[in-house]
Amino acid sequence: MTELPERTDRKLGLVIDLDTCVGCHACVVACKGWNTENYGAPLADADAYGADPVGAFLNRVHSYEVQPESGPAQLVHFPKSCLHCDDAPCVTVCPTGASYKRGEDGIVLVNEADCIGCGLCAWACPYGAREMDPAEGVMKKCTLCVDRIYNENLAPEDREPACVRTCPAGARHFGDLGDPESAVSQLVESRGGMDLMPEQGTKPVNKYLPPRPKDDQIDVLAPLLEPVAEEPRGFLGWLDRALEKL
Amino acid sequence: MHPAPSLIAFSTLSGLGFGLLAALGLGFPAVTGWTALVFFVVAFALAGGGLMSSAAHLGHPERALKAFTQWRTSWLSREAWLACAALGGMALYAALLVLGGVRVALLGWLGALLSLATVGATSMIYAQLRTVPRWHHWSVPALFLAYAVTGGTLLAGQVTAAVGLLMLTGLGQFLAWRAADRRVAASGTDIGTATGLGARGAVRSFEPPHTGGSYLTREMVFVVARRHATKLRSIALVLAFVVPAVLLLLPFSHVLAALAVLSHLAGVLVQRWLFFAEAEHVVGLYYGRQFG
Ligand code: SF4
Ligand code: SF4
Repeated sequence: MTELPERTDRKLGLVIDLDTCVGCHACVVACKGWNTENYGAPLADADAYGADPVGAFLNRVHSYEVQPESGPAQLVHFPKSCLHCDDAPCVTVCPTGASYKRGEDGIVLVNEADCIGCGLCAWACPYGAREMDPAEGVMKKCTLCVDRIYNENLAPEDREPACVRTCPAGARHFGDLGDPESAVSQLVESRGGMDLMPEQGTKPVNKYLPPRPKDDQIDVLAPLLEPVAEEPRGFLGWLDRALEKL
Repeated sequence: MHPAPSLIAFSTLSGLGFGLLAALGLGFPAVTGWTALVFFVVAFALAGGGLMSSAAHLGHPERALKAFTQWRTSWLSREAWLACAALGGMALYAALLVLGGVRVALLGWLGALLSLATVGATSMIYAQLRTVPRWHHWSVPALFLAYAVTGGTLLAGQVTAAVGLLMLTGLGQFLAWRAADRRVAASGTDIGTATGLGARGAVRSFEPPHTGGSYLTREMVFVVARRHATKLRSIALVLAFVVPAVLLLLPFSHVLAALAVLSHLAGVLVQRWLFFAEAEHVVGLYYGRQFG
């Protein structure tokens, strides 16, 4: 099973908009909630109320500061989960066949009943997308909510990953990145979507939309915001003079 | 990477054990009867004990048999097959030698080859990982094999050969450390490529995703105190190679030879600790760690 499929019929994945993400971590909480109650072993926490809490998460949000050569720094919130790579190194290293990539939609999954918890797949992933469950001793990773997207018991608008459904900023998009006509592919095309660490050769399916440049617009308005009076007048002017005399 | 004691013990002991099995398979020393039994017990205890300790690292050791299924793609699975084949082949060879007093040379050579192939497969588990630039290089399997052959020759009591191999492997390790430092610094992966934001300016981790630890930070974002690395490397070279070589060059005595083996073992343990502790995983870049 750990041989990768030659090609996948579809490439289901996420498009994450770094311009829109506000860093609220709602997707982190929605993901933890859904995946604790549904597919596979619940996402456990250890020492949750103690001094050193740790827990398994399938999606985490980093924040980075980007300082251009000139102009103000920009803050970029950066959600990260499994990118369902086409050339997934995490799958081929697995000794048991527990890790696999599906031929029909490209989703990378772990069959928890086969996993021996060796942790090698987590070492092979460049993105930190796999975490060992502290209670079950099996590898956990994003399933692209495989138990939602095909779930006929849910309302049609809920048949997308929990993170996408919950994001209040609309920064996460779900769809078939193998179909150039799909809405997500069009979005990637128009916004210059990019791969993370392309030099690792993983060919990630998930794409990231870079933040739009903002600084130019500030420059256009800046002259209008120039202070009008350099010297204080009126009450402040009187106060200034009075304090000066003391 | 997190220097897990079970993995350090595994790779050190099984490396020595399979090295000794390889030497015995090739007929060094050409022992029979009770002497042969002692040698084989030591070799099997080291190789088998090492494999056992690696199971302590698993979340579900009771499912370990499943690890034999994916030999087509997985080095860990190949290692499992090769280890079983090597131990099985050498067990037969040893039984014929100890009980029957016959040495089936062909079987011995095959056992030696399988023993070294097992060490090679172990090293490929690390060397295949592109995510750890320090490991992703041919020098990793080369050194694992050199350590196994050197340790095996030392344990097999081949004094002259052992002295030469100790010097060669020591030199190889020294050069490999220096080359690895340069390679990591020039790996081309940095926080800019990790976030895809590098072209826009200097990227700095502003806030990590979690305030406490996690599996990722514990397992892969381990940082060894760099200022101790040079000292520890020197200690490893002296214990693993210099001291044993000097002890072997002194007039031969069993006490000195035993001390040489113990010193080599201690040195290899330090080297293996460094092998894990010094290795940087690219996921550390997302947490603001820097390479080089
Ligand atoms: S992001 Fe990591 S876990 Fe997901 S498919 Fe790629 S390598 Fe595997
Ligand atoms: S931890 Fe489980 S899924 Fe990952 S490589 Fe090991 S057996 Fe396979």
